[in-house]
Amino acid sequence: MSILKVNKITKSFGGLTAVSKASLELEKGELLGLIGPNGAGKTTLFNLLTGIYVPDSGAINLFREGEEVALHGLRPHNICKAGLARTFQNIRLFKDLTVLENVRIAMNKNIKYGFIPSFFHLPSYRWEEKQSIDDSIELLKIFNLDDKKDELAKNLPYGEQRHLEIARALATNPKLLLLDEPAAGMNPAETENLTKIIGEIREEFDLTILLIEHDMSLVMKICERIYVLDHGMVIANGTPEEIRSNKRVIEAYLGEDINDA
Amino acid sequence: MEGLLQQIVNGITLGSIYALMALGYTMVYGIIRLINFAHADIYMIGAYVGYYCMSFFGLGFLPSLIIAMFICTLLGIIIEKIAYRPLRNATRISVLITAIGVSLFLEYGTMFFVTANVRTYPEMTGLLARTIKMGNIVISMQQILLVSITIVLMILLQFIVKTTRIGKAMRAVSMDKDAAELMGINVDSTISFTFGLGSALAGAAGVLVGVYYNSINPLMGMVPGLKAFIAAVFGGIGIIPGAMIGGYFIGAVEVLVAGYGNSMYRDAVVFGILILVLIVKPSGLLGKNTREKV
Repeated sequence: MSILKVNKITKSFGGLTAVSKASLELEKGELLGLIGPNGAGKTTLFNLLTGIYVPDSGAINLFREGEEVALHGLRPHNICKAGLARTFQNIRLFKDLTVLENVRIAMNKNIKYGFIPSFFHLPSYRWEEKQSIDDSIELLKIFNLDDKKDELAKNLPYGEQRHLEIARALATNPKLLLLDEPAAGMNPAETENLTKIIGEIREEFDLTILLIEHDMSLVMKICERIYVLDHGMVIANGTPEEIRSNKRVIEAYLGEDINDA
Repeated sequence: MEGLLQQIVNGITLGSIYALMALGYTMVYGIIRLINFAHADIYMIGAYVGYYCMSFFGLGFLPSLIIAMFICTLLGIIIEKIAYRPLRNATRISVLITAIGVSLFLEYGTMFFVTANVRTYPEMTGLLARTIKMGNIVISMQQILLVSITIVLMILLQFIVKTTRIGKAMRAVSMDKDAAELMGINVDSTISFTFGLGSALAGAAGVLVGVYYNSINPLMGMVPGLKAFIAAVFGGIGIIPGAMIGGYFIGAVEVLVAGYGNSMYRDAVVFGILILVLIVKPSGLLGKNTREKV
């Protein structure tokens, strides 16, 4: 059963076509990789999926509990509500807030209490606030960040900031999680740990995950299927083994003259 | 000594007005990094709405205040929607120039409809016309009213920003608009709400000034607007408690200069403060010094 269908989306900036007629189909529960040389359009594709850019043409449809939701043209906050969350290549945390507050912001959209209860701190307000704090701490535990919940996000070491970003994305209660280079800048031990966590959250939250990554060992190890993007086009899609031996992929990475070398 | 106390009472009164207006500047700056020059004219329109409510419809002070705040809220939201929202991704300078345009439009638009004549607020009667004498210090009921309404509004504002859902969204948007949007926060409605909130406070300030100083005119917002802006910068623009402190500080300085120095110099001193702040600590009293990252 597919959860996301991307049908021939295109996005150009002036004369440059960053994403060209790219089509993807994600099965529910899959862990997919999106790879490609620098400038292939991977992050642009993420920005299109999350509504930061509006595609020039093509369609993006999310399937949720049998319902089909068209995501193209929706504003980012509505796409988030539909069940799609992401992390960023360059970390975009709320730096001056604490770890706990960062996660709680992402839960803001689910808050139900109105003006009056929050004004007078009525039981409904207090209950919901407590609930959101408890839920946030549960989430932080997965990433071993619960004992650092009162530290400012900017004071965390780099690897933990990346973890916190994933925790914050999870707090929006997504069905589909997009990770933009989650292991960038991590050492092998940290990458190993991250690999483990990605597997765990996928089980626990019943997620479909699409990740951009340059660390091939991570991609080849955990992704079940890989899409390869080059010059904005999907040039291949298959299991890690298939991708490893795919001629077009090797050409894209190493240049066209591979046979002459 | 009594003279000084009297000046301080007057300073707190004037400072309340500046603080109310400075809050609007600071909130809007905090959320979209725009110095909303039209803010001072919303204050002027608030004063006019209050004037018409009281003198034409014979409403009491409180209903007039609430109506003025309501209309200013709407006005603030409409201005944001028509003038600033289409420029969301434009350079900051184009938005700033638009703000000046909106300001002139409101000033001369109002002048067109109500003429440039100075209007006088109806005399307050009953309790509001009384004064309290403590030795040689005179405190009018209007001053007490003005300061207490300001304080109530500030407490309300703190509550809205700190505990409500939309207040939390405001703080998130002011920190990182794009990230907030991807966390499911509706950025547009949050920005509208901020404009509405700031404009409501400006409208309240307008009515209070009308009641206190009696006379209003279509250009009345220009100078107090600049001073409230200085108050916001002094406290650290974008920081809500900073605007409150800055407002009271500027009000006190102005009154003290007028009382003990030369009242001709009070504007010069206030603008001098702006220059000093920008040289010594551009981020303001409560602001953190941040280096621009390259």
